[in-house]
Amino acid sequence: MATETTGSAPVSTCVDAGGSAIGMPQLCFDWFPNQIFWLVITILAIYFILSRIALPRIASVLAERQGTITNDLAAAEDLKHKAEEAEQAYDKALADARAKAQAIAQETRDEIKAELADATAKADAEIAAKAAESEKAIAEIRASAMENVEAVAKDTAEAIVAALGGKADAKAITAAVSSRIKG
Amino acid sequence: MATEASGEEKGSLVFHPMDQFIVEPLFGDGPVGMFTITNVTLWMFLAIVGIVALMVIGTSRRAIIPTRTQSIAELAYGFVYKMVEDVTGKDAVGYFPYIFTLFMFILFANFLGLIPGSFTTTSHFAVTVVLALAVFLTVTILGFVKNGASFLGLFWVSSAPLALRPILAIIELISYFVRPVSHSIRLAGNVMAGHAVIKVFAGFAAIAAISPLSVVAITAMYGLEVLVSFIQAYVFTILTCVYLKDALHPHH
Repeated sequence: MATETTGSAPVSTCVDAGGSAIGMPQLCFDWFPNQIFWLVITILAIYFILSRIALPRIASVLAERQGTITNDLAAAEDLKHKAEEAEQAYDKALADARAKAQAIAQETRDEIKAELADATAKADAEIAAKAAESEKAIAEIRASAMENVEAVAKDTAEAIVAALGGKADAKAITAAVSSRIKG
Repeated sequence: MATEASGEEKGSLVFHPMDQFIVEPLFGDGPVGMFTITNVTLWMFLAIVGIVALMVIGTSRRAIIPTRTQSIAELAYGFVYKMVEDVTGKDAVGYFPYIFTLFMFILFANFLGLIPGSFTTTSHFAVTVVLALAVFLTVTILGFVKNGASFLGLFWVSSAPLALRPILAIIELISYFVRPVSHSIRLAGNVMAGHAVIKVFAGFAAIAAISPLSVVAITAMYGLEVLVSFIQAYVFTILTCVYLKDALHPHH
């Protein structure tokens, strides 16, 4: 490996006079302490920087982001619920209004019906009264007509009897006319 | 290891595919001591800078609706977190920062190494062996601390016929101790091989007749290396999770 080069003295056991490596520089034990020392320093430095500053920070950022996402999702869920509630309230209000309208319509209809019935009854009563009045008048007229007929018949009978030369007996004539009219 | 200087004399093909892995001081030409500031230091520091830019500055706004950079940071976080949770179990999320550190370091080191002219820290066994040994020791110690002696049940395959169990135990034991080796060499080997192959193709570009082919080959290899950079970081991390699972739940 570390073959001695001829000519000028090597700078070290691992580098020849021309500045080239002798063998594998990886196996040059002269350099090991240096590399190991700086490696340990570097690793410790990185470890402390990462574990003290970078990793807690990233962990907190990730947790915070997770929290934000969860919160936002919850808020979205909440808003969705609210929207659904509002929709339900709207539907309910609509249904209520519809029912109310229907009730009002029904009420009005009933009122009108009642009024109508009232008016009809009144009219019926009036009609009935008028009819009764008329009937009465007709009956009166009929009765008076009957009387007139009786009187006329009596008179006519008396006149006929007189004309035939008989002496009219008023009582007999009345009885006869009455029985004829009734009969 | 064809890095003979003799190529220069011929003046045609010069291959120094391993030179990119040389560790050298950033300031001056002195020897590389333990505390010398080298190109290793520079590129590891740049990895830290990249990770800070992505994970700290990128997330500084803590936005609920993330910016692009923050998205990537969160993506990386979620990716590794889910991996730990799925592979190791929910009780292992306490080790998540450690695993995430490994993932981010390897990922950034690999990708920074893809910048032309850069130095790839994860191509060195010294680096990957330390990472893998750290995982190995963590897992082994944790296994005994959490489970006591029953952690050894990991090697005793109780679902196998009794006669086979001792043999299986030996195999399991060997495979357990080979883990850090394969764990580290897989990463460094993949990264090093890719970079070396690109360098070899680049060497061929010196010949005019082959250079178009060489450029195409470099482009293709670069694409592959982008893939390898991520996959090796992923593989290293998921294997760490698997080993950790053995420590926390040693019974098959």
